[in-house]
Amino acid sequence: MEFTILAFLVQDGVTNGAIYALLGLALVLVFAVTRVIFIPQGEFVAYGALTLAFLDVGRMPGTAMLLVVFGIAAFLFDLVETRLRPGLPALARSAAINLVLPFAIYTAALFIVPTEPNAFVKALLTIVIVAPMGLYVYRIAYRPLSDATVLVLLITSVGVHLAMMGLGLAFFGAEGFRARPLTAGSFSVGFMPVAAQAVWIYGVTIAAMVGLYFFFEKTLLGKALRATAVNRLGARLVGVRTQLTGGTAFVLAATIGAVSGVLIAPITTVYYDTGFLIGLKGFVAAIIAGLSSFPVTALAAIGVGLVEALASFYASNFKEIIVFTLIIPVLIWRSLTTDHHEDD
Amino acid sequence: MSLLQLSDIRVSYGKAEVLHGVDLAMAEGRIVTVIGANGAGKTTLLNAAMGVVPSSGTILYRGKPVPPSVEGRVAAGMCLVSEKRELFGSMSVEDNMELGGFLRSASERAEARADLYDRFPRLKERRKQLAGTLSGGERQMLALARALMSRPKLLLLDEPSLGLAPKIVAEILGIVAELRSTGVSILLVEQNARAALEIADEAHLMELGEIRRSGSTDEMAADPAVVEAYLGGG
Ligand SMILES: Nc1ncnc2c1ncn2[C@@H]1O[C@H](COP(=O)(O)OP(=O)(O)OP(=O)(O)O)[C@@H](O)[C@H]1O
Ligand SMILES: [Mg+2]
Repeated sequence: MEFTILAFLVQDGVTNGAIYALLGLALVLVFAVTRVIFIPQGEFVAYGALTLAFLDVGRMPGTAMLLVVFGIAAFLFDLVETRLRPGLPALARSAAINLVLPFAIYTAALFIVPTEPNAFVKALLTIVIVAPMGLYVYRIAYRPLSDATVLVLLITSVGVHLAMMGLGLAFFGAEGFRARPLTAGSFSVGFMPVAAQAVWIYGVTIAAMVGLYFFFEKTLLGKALRATAVNRLGARLVGVRTQLTGGTAFVLAATIGAVSGVLIAPITTVYYDTGFLIGLKGFVAAIIAGLSSFPVTALAAIGVGLVEALASFYASNFKEIIVFTLIIPVLIWRSLTTDHHEDD
Repeated sequence: MSLLQLSDIRVSYGKAEVLHGVDLAMAEGRIVTVIGANGAGKTTLLNAAMGVVPSSGTILYRGKPVPPSVEGRVAAGMCLVSEKRELFGSMSVEDNMELGGFLRSASERAEARADLYDRFPRLKERRKQLAGTLSGGERQMLALARALMSRPKLLLLDEPSLGLAPKIVAEILGIVAELRSTGVSILLVEQNARAALEIADEAHLMELGEIRRSGSTDEMAADPAVVEAYLGGG
């Protein structure tokens, strides 16, 4: 193979791998804190990408309305729950988070969209619209099941994935979209042109990892999330509410999904169902890392990206199959090297 | 008004009822101990009081029904040092302490930590060490220190001396006895009845899921049944 081709493939692989790394991190995070295998992670990517694409052409994205719908549903869940134990402050809090917040974001979008804002404002607005969905999805689908087994939570995830994909179709239609890059153009490193968007992807991925590291090592809330992952009962005994850590984990996951969507929207055409396949590749990386280690997940994700890039060159018809087959030797190796212990 | 009042507490694991309607009231500022044989239901009683296991009956805390969740009870000023300690093994001693003060402000946490490091110099020496690598005695200290970081009003202590050398038992129980002067009320479950009776004000004897005898520690220490079974004869 020619060296230039190889160099391009590697660049492609690393770029996609960086996105898979972000998604893999979100999956590890959510699983560690809540034991949920978060299949719908990819839907946030699609929502983020499609939202940005709509903002690009000056259209109001469907996700803004969807956010309000999610918020109302979450509020109704709170209402039913607090009816059993009425308390005005709790209800006011719920109304603020589930009704006022999404409505404020919707209204803000209504004003910002027609002003043709610059790329960064659009990216930020996209993230602000998609991130709170993590909280509502947690509230509606997972919080009522906080004592359920991993299997029940997994089945729930499949349901949530299908529902969110269906909502994506309803709110964005079946057409694919592509957004404009954050900064257009490219520059060359040696002989090789590197797209400015790729540099954004590397930069944001690294920044997100550093940010997560500081969050988990240095902040009390981050430590509470780790504590919940290490010992759920211990965390409750020091007053860490499961709802707080669960909600935080899902908001982080949705934020990471939205950021990934913003990053890939200019380099691939995204359809309402594109997120699933992208999320699955992050999932492959997370599984290779045993759903536990952040650094191993990131490395595995880069590996997945590289394998995918090479496969798309040599055997493009089989590239997805080759990527997903990566799991099998890893699972065999894991089942041979780790002691078996009961689920949880 | 009692600080904690348990009435007709029943707990079942599956079909088997292990607490058969326990009544227990304790006043503020007291150290109350529950002693009894292995499997009597002492741990179950503390877990029920904390909300870790579901129970029927009523639990009043400061005269009002106790919050439904474990976390709510912590916020209300209750704190359980569980029999299993439930430390965060892969986190440092200092992180464990910080999390103990999760519901406190940063300044309250800093103050409590300085105070507890004075009281447990061994924890200060080992503050960077992972909790999972501590020795048994150090773990007990950390469990107690983590609980105290929350500045509890009512401390539920499950066998703080479990598996410790006599010298450390005396040390830990000495610290527990001192806590009373800082305004903490303590419900203490102990296998080591002799030591528990020494520091407590009142005692309850639990057998087969029921409280069989109650009284001041002096009365209990003189009770032939208690002496016979738990203080190793006369
Ligand atoms: N999770 C559980 N499932 C079933 N039975 C249980 C469970 N936990 C405790 N038991 C049973 O309940 C009874 C009371 O147990 P508990 O742990 O409360 O006793 P204890 O008085 O604390 O004993 P020890 O002094 O040995 O700690 C025992 O017979 C025990 O086997
Ligand atoms: Mg016990």
